[in-house]
Amino acid sequence: MKINIYRFDPDKDESPRMEEMEIDLPEGRDLMVLDVLELLKAKDPSIAYRRSCREGVCGSDGINMNGRNGLACITPISEAASRGKLTLRPLPGLPVVRDLVVDMTQFYRQYEKITPWLVNDTPPPAQERLQMPEDREKLNGLYECILCACCSTACPSFWWNPDKFVGPAGLLQAYRFLADSRDTATAERLAALEDPFSVFRCRGIMNCVSVCPKGLNPTRAIGKIRSMLLSQGI
Amino acid sequence: MARLPTMEFDGVIVGGGGAGMRAALQLAQSGLKTAVLSKVFPTRSHTVSAQGGIAAAIGSEDPDDDWRWHMYDTVKGSDYIGDQDAIEYMCSVGPEAIYELEHMGMPFTRTERGRIYQRPFGGHSKSFGKGGQASRACAAEDRTGHALLHTLYQNNLKAGTTFLNEWFAVDLVVNQDGVVSGLVALEIETGQVVFVKSKATVLATGGAGRIYATTTNALMNTGDGIGMALRAGMPVQDIEMWQFHPTGIHQAGVLVTEGCRGEGGYLVNKDGERFMERYAPTAKDLAGRDVVARSMIQEIMDGRGAGPDSDHVLLKLDHLGEETIFKRLPGITELSKTFAHVNPAQEPIPVVPTCHYMMGGIPTNVHGQVLTQVADGNDAVVGGLYAIGEVACVSVHGANRLGANSLLDLVVFGRAAGIHIEDAMRQGVGHRDPADEDVDNATARLARWNESTEGESVADLKRELQRIMLVNFNVFRSGDHMRRSIGDLADLRERIARAHLPDKSRVFNTARLEALELDNLLEVAQATAIVAEARTESRGAHARNDYTERDDDNWLCHSLYFAAEAAEKGVRKRAVNLTPATVEPFQPMARTY
Repeated sequence: MKINIYRFDPDKDESPRMEEMEIDLPEGRDLMVLDVLELLKAKDPSIAYRRSCREGVCGSDGINMNGRNGLACITPISEAASRGKLTLRPLPGLPVVRDLVVDMTQFYRQYEKITPWLVNDTPPPAQERLQMPEDREKLNGLYECILCACCSTACPSFWWNPDKFVGPAGLLQAYRFLADSRDTATAERLAALEDPFSVFRCRGIMNCVSVCPKGLNPTRAIGKIRSMLLSQGI
Repeated sequence: MARLPTMEFDGVIVGGGGAGMRAALQLAQSGLKTAVLSKVFPTRSHTVSAQGGIAAAIGSEDPDDDWRWHMYDTVKGSDYIGDQDAIEYMCSVGPEAIYELEHMGMPFTRTERGRIYQRPFGGHSKSFGKGGQASRACAAEDRTGHALLHTLYQNNLKAGTTFLNEWFAVDLVVNQDGVVSGLVALEIETGQVVFVKSKATVLATGGAGRIYATTTNALMNTGDGIGMALRAGMPVQDIEMWQFHPTGIHQAGVLVTEGCRGEGGYLVNKDGERFMERYAPTAKDLAGRDVVARSMIQEIMDGRGAGPDSDHVLLKLDHLGEETIFKRLPGITELSKTFAHVNPAQEPIPVVPTCHYMMGGIPTNVHGQVLTQVADGNDAVVGGLYAIGEVACVSVHGANRLGANSLLDLVVFGRAAGIHIEDAMRQGVGHRDPADEDVDNATARLARWNESTEGESVADLKRELQRIMLVNFNVFRSGDHMRRSIGDLADLRERIARAHLPDKSRVFNTARLEALELDNLLEVAQATAIVAEARTESRGAHARNDYTERDDDNWLCHSLYFAAEAAEKGVRKRAVNLTPATVEPFQPMARTY
């Protein structure tokens, strides 16, 4: 199989290039894209990419495969390269460090901006704070985010304003805390999001929903934040 | 070598998993200058893969549940070489540690009354084994590790912890008094090498499952902390004890939680027989993990394995109904579809016992302080060094860890080490200055790889090491095979010392990291092999077909391995603690489920 892979080492290369590599795939097994990367790396150890859990839960190996963002470790070749050709690039919209490795600083900074921890200003009880199952259910589809950045780096609004638009991943987490019955900082959280950029740059393109490897729906969470902001009369 | 750039902290924690981040949180909250140094962004640490739960007697499912019952189960699970003082501490403060996590925001699943949901897990019982199955594993669906790790990261952001993300720890810096004064680390993005000076250095580097060709562990679980400790002259304890999780997905090695059996799933052989009824009539599929793993292999060896090669068994869940599976086990549904191409609501999942957890590690006391053994056979504390979590052996797991006890171990001993370091700082522990040559010693292996000009490839040598371990140090072990492997690994050491790193570039050079990781894998593999061969009995996860019985007269003790002396002088022994402070000790008994 022929694979086109984005190569750039700032120590050696003036500019990035695409390199065509070829490997023999084992018969009768549908490898994941990460398995293919590991085979390529055994041939050429200089190829750089992040990876760890190889089961889609750590969020390290978000890359762009044939134009679509996803996790290399849970994307089968049959799905990524349905027409027999595979092109691997780094996630778009973030600076490239080397090969498939991007600098995720801006992505993490947006996450840090939304106060990503529970705020509760009442003294904690001796045991757990109670939460009814129906309240806990509101966190499903939110807390599962693995911060892989597939969504934010597929979002044209994030490409345009990565410093001011929180982006789908950050906003999904913003709503995770707004939706938590134990959190008491709703007003402060909303006030921090009311400017024209943080939330309102979302144009409902929904690339985030179509690429999320965990099947989460940031657009819906953003819609809920908008409704909360509007109903507060801001 | 020229002097390295230096960074200074009160406390440096190597590793950003559950234990490291819990310790960091304790230090940062008390205003100490704290850094977490991690080779990956912290939420990518392997704690994130933990699924089923975190054990503690919080009495949500059963108001009568008692931490003493939990302690009994853990001691019995350990096959009696877990330290009873440490187990007592972990089980008694467990509930408090869970409530802290909840107060931090951890999204536990809830009961109808709004309390934390608890599910049954293997080896957990009521009334000291006499009252039937206990529900003690506190769960966030089947993503408990993810929920825990993200919550701890979030609270560290709140506390202002410094994160050195994507930094690789090369080696410890030990001064001439044997005190640890920090470590040499490599910033992955720039390739810069730095001396990170610290009043307290905490190893929280996790496990080393990647010594095996198939494992549930992440690709980065390469035993970096074990390698660092052994090269610095510290011992490792009970390193022969490797847990094989009964339910790794056949071929892929990916874990499906014991919570599947906790929720009512069970194992069947090719005839559809629920075979665990024969091996463990009372606990059945929820017997200790070592017991279930051995039973599965026995079924396969007796020709009752499933599939075209009769090389696995089946985990049946379809009878639980789609709703339970969807509500309680959504994560494993995803994993089964992706890696086994089966929908567990309709078909059974093909599973096989798979390397999962390192019970052994760097010996510590209950404060996480690293221990060594001095000439008279007594313990001595290593100054400036702590170890917590899977890399440590405190020892609460002994020869076999109970399900849902690893996450508890992380938060309880992460917190305990943090508290101890706070105290030490308050009493005025300062920086210990190393000599230049002490720092140089810690850069030696980096220099070796950087200067290599030819030799075998890292990938080939790693594959060979992983195959040796998988074939010879599996669920059942034999003296002959182990002795041959010890020779093969000694050989491999020679070859790795002459291996080649072709890519010498600076920026995000993952080939260099994999070379440095190979050094660590080798240390763990060699220690495992030598000690496993030396322990001439079967206990917990260590089952030999030439010594099939437990030998309490000679081996009711920890093994202790020093890299420099083991080949000539053999493996040392260390006494198990049998003196808990508040309860009567649990005496060794025959272990049946």
